[in-house]
Amino acid sequence: MKIGILAIQGDFEAHRKRLEELGAETVLVKTAADLENLDGLVLPGGESTTHMKLLTEEGLFDRIVERARTGMAVFGTCAGAILLAKEVKNPAQPSLALLDITVVRNAYGRQLESCVTKQTADLTGRPLEMVFIRAPVIERVGSDVQVLARRDGQPVLVRQGRILAATFHPELSSDPAVHEYFLKMVRDGR
Amino acid sequence: MAEELNFSTDPQWRVKVGLAEMLKGGVIMDVTNVEQAVIAEKAGACAVMALERVPADIRKEGGVARMASPKIIRDIMKAVTIPVMAKARIGHFAEAQVLEALEVDFIDESEVLTPADEEHHIWKHSFRVPFVCGARNLGEALRRISEGAAMIRTKGEAGSGNIVEAVRHMRAIVGEMRKLTTLGQEELVAAAKQMGAPLDLVAWVARNGKLPVPNFSAGGIATPADAALVVQLGAEAVFVGSGIFKSTDPEQRARAIVKATTHANDPKVVLEASEELGEAMKGLDVRQLEEKDLLQTRGW
Repeated sequence: MKIGILAIQGDFEAHRKRLEELGAETVLVKTAADLENLDGLVLPGGESTTHMKLLTEEGLFDRIVERARTGMAVFGTCAGAILLAKEVKNPAQPSLALLDITVVRNAYGRQLESCVTKQTADLTGRPLEMVFIRAPVIERVGSDVQVLARRDGQPVLVRQGRILAATFHPELSSDPAVHEYFLKMVRDGR
Repeated sequence: MAEELNFSTDPQWRVKVGLAEMLKGGVIMDVTNVEQAVIAEKAGACAVMALERVPADIRKEGGVARMASPKIIRDIMKAVTIPVMAKARIGHFAEAQVLEALEVDFIDESEVLTPADEEHHIWKHSFRVPFVCGARNLGEALRRISEGAAMIRTKGEAGSGNIVEAVRHMRAIVGEMRKLTTLGQEELVAAAKQMGAPLDLVAWVARNGKLPVPNFSAGGIATPADAALVVQLGAEAVFVGSGIFKSTDPEQRARAIVKATTHANDPKVVLEASEELGEAMKGLDVRQLEEKDLLQTRGW
């Protein structure tokens, strides 16, 4: 099973480390050619404005949308969730629009509001550690979107078909549950 | 010895280093007003450093360089959505408190400003906002981390437009880390003594072959190839100070340096980024500078 990690900016190494610990083969994706033959793609944390700009310049944008529509599983964390959202606010910005949610950028506030919290998640049925860094908030979820975890009632981990998004950073947590779930999702869909 | 540092499981420490992790692979640009901040963000900067004067001007104009006025910083924070950093003088914890009250995302305890304390750096663990500090070698980097720095950058020689010192410092840090990985336990104690760094951190680096926080480069980056050079030498992201807004083509140069940082290992892309650029900042021969004019010797 081959998982690509978008490596144009952000914490892609943390994702790579976690995925390799779980036995996946990983590829760092910097150009459209790197997307070939992938079973899944991770969009890491980082700055969504930087990611959008480089995705467009490298021709990755259209290719990711195409591959996702033909079955490649995609998992976005924080900035990655912003890239996947159908609608982005604060401010409005273009996105891949693969997931029927509305996200509000930096909605908790600045870095001083970043935190680590533990909340019971539907995904695991037990407390799941969540690391939030200048995180966005999911303001709206479409009717086909399944909520897998919440923070104080608000959705923070959601899935629609082959697309998974977290507003927190499972790659910075010692709990591998979310990445395990993604790998299972990739396997089940092959 | 325990696998983790005594502070590494602290949630506050984790979100500080977490933000530093998010900036990896990116370019942090010095800006002095809203217009420059917007140019930087559009060019793909992953963060901006809000300042009153860029290092090249601080060098030229002399006088005491202090924390920027809150108004400049606040205006920049309102104008962009990416993280905003600001500089405090070395040891000036009250300036840092003001910056924290202002809710900046990162504080640079910086040798570019005139030091406020020649013996002590800020005790950064007592802040909720993360800090980045400059270092010229591994011992200095580990001393700053022990005080609570969540990110290290090379000092280089700020405002010089000359990459030579940033290269020297990156090579020193990476080379010393590599050497530590070959030492036995009893040799680590001697190494810790020699480099003036806490043993637990020295031992952590020896086990892991890297710093426990992201390791960035700063101090003299002026071209896309400069960025590609320091990234290939081990920098996980780059700070560009005077290099962008002291050139003749800030917008283009900012975009080019972002591209070269992402594709540092692909010379064809770095070539592409280098084409059609105007003139880089003029720069200084660091060897012609007198000891008193060096910024990198501030702090220890």
